[in-house]
Amino acid sequence: MSSNYFDKKGSEVSSKEIRRRTVVSFSVFIVLLGVGFFAWSKLYNQPQSADNVQPFLRASLQANERIFSRLYSANKQTKSFKKTDAVARVRVNGDVGMDTAFDYAKWKLKVVRKPGDTLFISLAEIRALPKTEIVFDFKCVEGWSQVTHWGGVRFDEFMKKYNLAPEEAMKYVGMVTPDGQYYVGVDMPSMLQPQTLLCYEMNGKPLPLDQGYPLRLIIPVKYGIKHLKRIGVMSFSNDKPKDYWAEQGYDYYAGL
Amino acid sequence: MKKIIKKHPLAIRWFHWINFPVLAVMIWSGLLIYWANDIYRLGWGDRTLVKFFPQSFYDTLHVPFKLSQGMAFHFFFMWLFFVNGFLYVAYTFVSGEWRYLLPNRHSFKEAWFVVLHDLHVRKTAQPQDKYNAAQRVAYSAIIVMGFGSLITGLAIYKPVQFGWLCALCGGYEFARIIHFALTIGYVLFFLVHIIQVVLAGWNNFQAMVTGFEVVKKDAIIEEVVEQKNDDNL
Repeated sequence: MSSNYFDKKGSEVSSKEIRRRTVVSFSVFIVLLGVGFFAWSKLYNQPQSADNVQPFLRASLQANERIFSRLYSANKQTKSFKKTDAVARVRVNGDVGMDTAFDYAKWKLKVVRKPGDTLFISLAEIRALPKTEIVFDFKCVEGWSQVTHWGGVRFDEFMKKYNLAPEEAMKYVGMVTPDGQYYVGVDMPSMLQPQTLLCYEMNGKPLPLDQGYPLRLIIPVKYGIKHLKRIGVMSFSNDKPKDYWAEQGYDYYAGL
Repeated sequence: MKKIIKKHPLAIRWFHWINFPVLAVMIWSGLLIYWANDIYRLGWGDRTLVKFFPQSFYDTLHVPFKLSQGMAFHFFFMWLFFVNGFLYVAYTFVSGEWRYLLPNRHSFKEAWFVVLHDLHVRKTAQPQDKYNAAQRVAYSAIIVMGFGSLITGLAIYKPVQFGWLCALCGGYEFARIIHFALTIGYVLFFLVHIIQVVLAGWNNFQAMVTGFEVVKKDAIIEEVVEQKNDDNL
């Protein structure tokens, strides 16, 4: 066995030489240990910026966003399930932006094309558009997931019906609840993915209040934090719209 | 004069000592993430033997309410873990070190004898090359585990873009379970590793820093003869 470790000749050295080599090696080792520890404490103790995360880590999240948005393909669809796989009791995980008094009867979706040019679209008008249903594994950033059943109009079809081609060329869509308390920004390629819905139904019935009646976003290529409930205003921009959870230290992209 | 044998190449010492803190950060940040949906336990029916994890454990380590921080750290250090692991595997193949590390057809049986010997159940020690059979199995298994963590991690991180990978891992929920179980595996590996290093003594430990091991001359001859006899059998 030529590879046998003990067949290696080794070398004859004096005890003094062994001690010298040991001291040199351990000195280098301890210095590097110190460098590593120093780098870690610098990183760990870097003060958080206003968006509740250390600038270094925000830069790293953004670098990941650049890598994975380049790998992103709208052809990659979320796995669909049978309607019978969907749970009856859908988890309600957040009510930010939904605890303000709100007149449902008067609700219209505001679509801001540009400042001073706003479309007002009623629920009846949205319901009149072709309906798409999706049963998929809804994934929360916390780590749980649930197979749920939703219905609404595909966002890309909605954009076509309302002749929003110039808006489609923008980089981001921003959505805000009527009270302005909850807001998300989503990149356009993810919005135009064919499974993204402006959703008004859950389990074949109108959306419950706590699930975002009258209209919410369902976007299977994102974590639940982006699935804004009770959409009030929608706008388009090339800069990142402000995002509630990104301000709390989470990844802006949150893509799956 | 004493005889020394080069044991661990410089590259492997680097990979080893970089991996240690990087994996520690991955496990810590993973714990911050896991806390947000800590549903795993060992048990059956309503009976729980071990809950992952008790509140006291979280409180001691200051885990609660740091999900976003955990994710930010996890998704930065994942790159270091990946690059370092990749270079280590590439190096072992290019340098030929894999010959000492990969188990052969006898290793699994011999590894069992090594375990029995270490537990003082069996008297005769197994013939030892650079690594004994149990080490070969353990050090190869840990690479497979690392690969498993990368695959399941990517499946959880981008379950739509890497949908095929997610399906390969048994789906989103199951990929998350494997990812968690592998992490528990690292912790157990670490505990055994530390105990073994302490028992093996200074000469063995310092080789991971200096690269060489001091050998008594007759010990070498003894080992070589033993190994030769073994080869002739």
